[in-house]
Amino acid sequence: MAAFIVRMGPVLMLWLAVCVSGSWAVDRGNFKTCDQSTFCKRQRALKPGQSPYRALLETLELTNTKLTLQLINDNNKVRLLLELYRLQGNMTRVKINELKPLKPRFEVPDVLINDPPTEPLSLLSQDENGMVLSLGADSQRLIVSAKPFRLDIMEGREVLLSLNSRGLLAFEHLRIRKDTLADPEGAEKKEETDAASEQTEGEEATKEDEKVEDGMWEETFKSHTDSKPNGPTSISLDFSLPGVEHVYGIPEHADTLKLKTTDGGEPYRLYNLDVFQYELFNPMALYGAIPVMLSHSPQRTMGLFWLNAAETWVDISSNTAGKTVFGQMLDYVQGSSETPQTDVRWISESGIIDVFIMLGPTPTDVFAQYASLTGTQAFPPLAALAYHQCRWNYNDQEDVAAVDQGFDQHDIPYDFIWLDIEHADGKRYFTWDPHKFPQPKEMLQGLEDKRRKMVAIVDPHIKVDNSYKIHSEIRSRGFYIKNKDGGDYEGWCWPGNSGYPDFTNPEMRAWWASMFAYDQYEGSRENLYTWNDMNEPSVFNGPEVTMHKDAVHGNWEHRDLHNIYGLYVQMATAEGLIQRSGGVERPFVLTRAFFAGSQRYGAVWTGDNAAEWDHLKITIPMCLSLGLVGVSFCGADVGGFFKSPSPELLVRWYQTGAYQPFFRAHAHLDTPRREPWLFGPENTALIREAVRQRYALLPYWYQLFYHAHRTGQPVMRALWVEYPQDTATFSMDDQFLLGRDLLVHPVTEEGARGVTAYLPGNGEVWFDVHTFQKHNGGQNLYIPVTMSSIPVFQRGGSIIPRKVRVRRSSSCMEHDPYTLYVALSPKRFAQGELYIDDGHTFSYEKQKEFIYRRLAFANNTLSSRNLAPGSQFTTLSWIEKIVILGASKPSKVTLKMPDGKESQLEFDFDASMSVLTLRKPGVNAGVDWTVVLQ
Amino acid sequence: MSLVKLLLLMSLALVMRAGAAVEIQRPRGVPLSKRQFYEEEKPFTCLDGSRTIPFDRVNDDYCDCKDGSDEPGTAACPNGSFHCTNAGFRPAFIPSSRINDGICDCCDTTDEYNSGATCQNTCRELGRKERESLQKMAEVTREGFMLKQQLIHEAKKGQEEKQVKLTEFQSTKKGLEEKVEALRTVKEIAEEPEKEAKERHLKAWEEQKELIRMEKDKARMAEAFLELDDDADGYVSVAELQSHPELDPDSDGSLTETETQGLLGGADKVDTTAFESVWSSIKGKYLLESQSDPPAPVETPQEEARDLGSDHDSDHYPEDYAGEDEDEEEDEEDDDPEEEEDKAPPTVRTPEKKEDDEMSMPPSFVTIHIFFINIFFSLCYTAVPVSLEKEIGFDFGPSAEFAYLYSQCYELSTSEYVYRLCPFNRVSQKPKFGGSETNLGLWGQWAGPEDNIYAVMKYDHGTGCWQGPNRSTTVKLTCGKETVVTSTSEPSRCEYLMEFTTPAVCQEPPSLEEALHGHTEL
Repeated sequence: MAAFIVRMGPVLMLWLAVCVSGSWAVDRGNFKTCDQSTFCKRQRALKPGQSPYRALLETLELTNTKLTLQLINDNNKVRLLLELYRLQGNMTRVKINELKPLKPRFEVPDVLINDPPTEPLSLLSQDENGMVLSLGADSQRLIVSAKPFRLDIMEGREVLLSLNSRGLLAFEHLRIRKDTLADPEGAEKKEETDAASEQTEGEEATKEDEKVEDGMWEETFKSHTDSKPNGPTSISLDFSLPGVEHVYGIPEHADTLKLKTTDGGEPYRLYNLDVFQYELFNPMALYGAIPVMLSHSPQRTMGLFWLNAAETWVDISSNTAGKTVFGQMLDYVQGSSETPQTDVRWISESGIIDVFIMLGPTPTDVFAQYASLTGTQAFPPLAALAYHQCRWNYNDQEDVAAVDQGFDQHDIPYDFIWLDIEHADGKRYFTWDPHKFPQPKEMLQGLEDKRRKMVAIVDPHIKVDNSYKIHSEIRSRGFYIKNKDGGDYEGWCWPGNSGYPDFTNPEMRAWWASMFAYDQYEGSRENLYTWNDMNEPSVFNGPEVTMHKDAVHGNWEHRDLHNIYGLYVQMATAEGLIQRSGGVERPFVLTRAFFAGSQRYGAVWTGDNAAEWDHLKITIPMCLSLGLVGVSFCGADVGGFFKSPSPELLVRWYQTGAYQPFFRAHAHLDTPRREPWLFGPENTALIREAVRQRYALLPYWYQLFYHAHRTGQPVMRALWVEYPQDTATFSMDDQFLLGRDLLVHPVTEEGARGVTAYLPGNGEVWFDVHTFQKHNGGQNLYIPVTMSSIPVFQRGGSIIPRKVRVRRSSSCMEHDPYTLYVALSPKRFAQGELYIDDGHTFSYEKQKEFIYRRLAFANNTLSSRNLAPGSQFTTLSWIEKIVILGASKPSKVTLKMPDGKESQLEFDFDASMSVLTLRKPGVNAGVDWTVVLQ
Repeated sequence: MSLVKLLLLMSLALVMRAGAAVEIQRPRGVPLSKRQFYEEEKPFTCLDGSRTIPFDRVNDDYCDCKDGSDEPGTAACPNGSFHCTNAGFRPAFIPSSRINDGICDCCDTTDEYNSGATCQNTCRELGRKERESLQKMAEVTREGFMLKQQLIHEAKKGQEEKQVKLTEFQSTKKGLEEKVEALRTVKEIAEEPEKEAKERHLKAWEEQKELIRMEKDKARMAEAFLELDDDADGYVSVAELQSHPELDPDSDGSLTETETQGLLGGADKVDTTAFESVWSSIKGKYLLESQSDPPAPVETPQEEARDLGSDHDSDHYPEDYAGEDEDEEEDEEDDDPEEEEDKAPPTVRTPEKKEDDEMSMPPSFVTIHIFFINIFFSLCYTAVPVSLEKEIGFDFGPSAEFAYLYSQCYELSTSEYVYRLCPFNRVSQKPKFGGSETNLGLWGQWAGPEDNIYAVMKYDHGTGCWQGPNRSTTVKLTCGKETVVTSTSEPSRCEYLMEFTTPAVCQEPPSLEEALHGHTEL
């Protein structure tokens, strides 16, 4: 939900009329281009060439944990301080700040989960041109060149990555304003003196660098003026990646998985914005920003984490991008060409340069490295992985009851029903509309009786209304963000005039969290969870529909930390949900805005999309990109938020969403109702089937999330992550993997009669999960489809647990038995896992109450072995059935228990598909057992 | 009626007791009707015939049959169903997936035999409540259905009247058309030997005029006869005439029997032929009064229909024109209420008056021409008893039981708005605390399901929504004694839903046997 519509004050309506003039698409004019963002324009005007920066080798300091070195800009003599860290786990951190800034520059807190542990660096050699440092094992070297300054990371004789190789390091140092209106004539002279006096060495600055340009001290966009009390503060640095042709990440953009080069176009922009009716396939900023880029080649995967929360632009260029396939081949044949290379340049408006270079070398390594810095995906309650039914808005309690009833009537499972902004009393969050929701507790109890849950929205804009407790408390405690003049910042949002709590303030966050206590949040119950929308933050009458950059958070400007605001909102909310249960229950919070580290607090969705086929297609690259940078719990509004989907599109969207991590249908207020049973019995049946497939697969989803939580590996994966040598997969974003073992190629074309799926892995096999038909890997497979088709394949060599007794909510399935799907590899081998816990508390973590088992098939023997001996948990679930795909017919099947007891299992063998079904092993899912085929 | 009710109750009680007493053994979840397929000690064949399994695999918590029939009492089969007997209430099938899911679905608690859920047996309570509500509903239905019969009766009458009127209009219209035809001939003749034929013309004209007047009078008389003949027996009786005090010849305010008999020429009743003489003596008063006589139901469009329809006999031009007949005609002219209507159309009227003043001459070419035009106009009017025709054109249900809703409006007040439903016309919404009315849709059509099309009314093309569709309203009709809007909602933006009760949708209450059969398992 979001956007700027309806039921607002007349002022807004007028503004809307201008803003939403007719045509359906983003109004690009509302958002800045690089040219309109003066720091981006200034920085981008700087072309590759000789860097003015020089390393002062004599300032080198090397301690156990870091190396420091001063850099000097030979143009203006401003000195920078370079800090280099060798981090545990094959990472290098490069920090560059002003040596003596006029005042501190912002360094982003609360993103790193700890001070990253370091490893010692050792100096291998040094001369007047530079030095060579050892980066620990793997013959990795860090070469520091003094003039011009540049860093190269080598492995053997290969350059992995270079910094400032194109000379685009630029650091706009803090300065005193000289173009004062009071003394316009003396300004130039004064400038010289001031500039000179700034320099520690007393060296003379050149005028060129100090030139005052338009927009340095003030910038106007549309009707909004950004007073820039600190003047120009932007930073920039370039990275070269030899041998790299594919880069990914830096979400959130509605674009392809593989990032495009930006030469001659706009850079990718990272600036959290509430973009009304966003357009696809362009680098415009969206609701969230994760400044992490991955590079990949068959040889190596690496990552760059640019820890900066200010407005950021990323330019990408490539020396092969313009070349045709023939041209590239010619190069190859002639052997004369340069190696392919991708160059990247990061530009941010303020803060410091703080880059983490994750050296891989495998995708798994990069995920682990990034997770070690910013943490892993929060382990959600199991129910949150089930199906969510949302709409702006379910009108009242009766509506909620009727929709709930509708799901039962049509035998479609669901776990969460959602309430958007209309549920609150005049958009005063934490309250309920007294007419529409007079008895929220009774309503929640009604859902609880069906073992279902609810999510209600709590946005971070607070209605300015003295009779509203939340507002008056925040105001009296001084927790609001301030405007540049020191008053409480106010802007327009859903409730009308609103204040914005300063979530960057830990005290504010603690207070906010306390508001979720059952005795504070009236009408709340254990089965009520929270949704944070509009937390970019969205300010309808602000510049680019967000907050003025000169708004003030304590010591810092909004400019410095804009992109992390949304993270803090979700952090405080999740903390509130944890606290209300005394730390027992896992929270579930959905957010629209996010930053690096947001994965620790819950789920994200791709915002206000539209009921269009292209929007369905884009869900795949958007969630894949987020998965690459730590955010596994990603989904898109099923059906599309704006506009009304055709029944075909809706069905296809359900089929796709059923296989994406966060599975929620949502719709705009102005669209006709679209609960699954409103499109005739055929479509109802198709949607029911898609949702039921989701529920049957919940054990696998849950286990994937456990894995993501433990290791940082994404749940929904790009193919190249698992097949890093297979170049055919590098740009693929119309299909994806869930974990390693399921390949999904959803039908996303209107009127499709078939899809061509790529089954990776030469010598591997894949089994159609619906028909059990076996296909060879390493081929494009044409699959004829009907409306009921959801092409999904299980990798030969894997074991996937399902609960095929689908019930009306996931909680109802808690004690149900498992069916194991054992897909044999050509070598008749398979392996999988089984994870079980109570599904909703932290006991798995605190009391080690969980079951984690290895399921392995080898030598005609399938066994279940404990992977976590220190853990304990008892489950009522048992093994109901074992389906072995690609099997041959045994003469007998014996179940062996650890106590020596043996019994014969009955079985069915389908010779046409080579499927062996073992009837009712009946063993508890939490114990050791072995099944032997003879 | 009450005897029937009592019988019904007793039978239900009997059946229930019998059901509880004879608990027939069968596998869990199997309905009695399928008992014979589940014979203990005998192999079980899936009900789809797909395979046969040992009987101990029935309800062994593993799904063997594709159709789920081997696990009627467990959740093992994804497509199975479980039968709850629900003694005291209504038996039911629930999907197998609801067995032991921790949620009480069967009121007899039999679905949660192993989930730890604590369920209360609520069948008796539910049964009691249901019987109560069924009774209440039956009562409502019965009374509603009776009301409906009345509505049908009234509608029939009303419709017949309207039909008569319409036919009348149409025949008058036809007559006028014939006259026009005749006049056209007259005119054509007049045009040729105009001057020479002046005299002849005048005479012809007067004859013509008289003819018209008589025709008109006859039509009026026929109409009056029909209206006076309350019991439609073909006679106007003293009693019937007496119910029209306006006809009182001495205007003393009471129409005595004697006076009435006098009007009827001494007879007790008169038929149409004899009525001719009565007519001449009462027509003055009758016409005068019938104008001010309010129509029985207060229905604006009907009034309109009447006004417009009455234009047909305002063949006033000839009278206006015939200046020399003024004296003779005066009384009747003055009495003619239709005279009021004569003001229109002025465009024709204005020259006509002028001519009136200077004219004492038989019709010239010009006057005939004008006369022609005037007749034409009255024809036009005659052709447009629009609302009447429109009203008759509405689909008021198979027996016109919805006709009574026509031109009525019903309101419902919510916390914010007053909703107004004017059936066959429009739905609207007006903010309670100021603000203008919003049109939520104009009458569209009946939109119920095929087998019950009169269950839902659809109103559409209301005021457009900002960035959305035009407002529309679906009105769901349910049986009730009262005609009232019971709720409104806006399930989808600008798509409203209204619940409306009316006796007109009440169905004939089911017979005793049906009521029994539907609610208990035997």
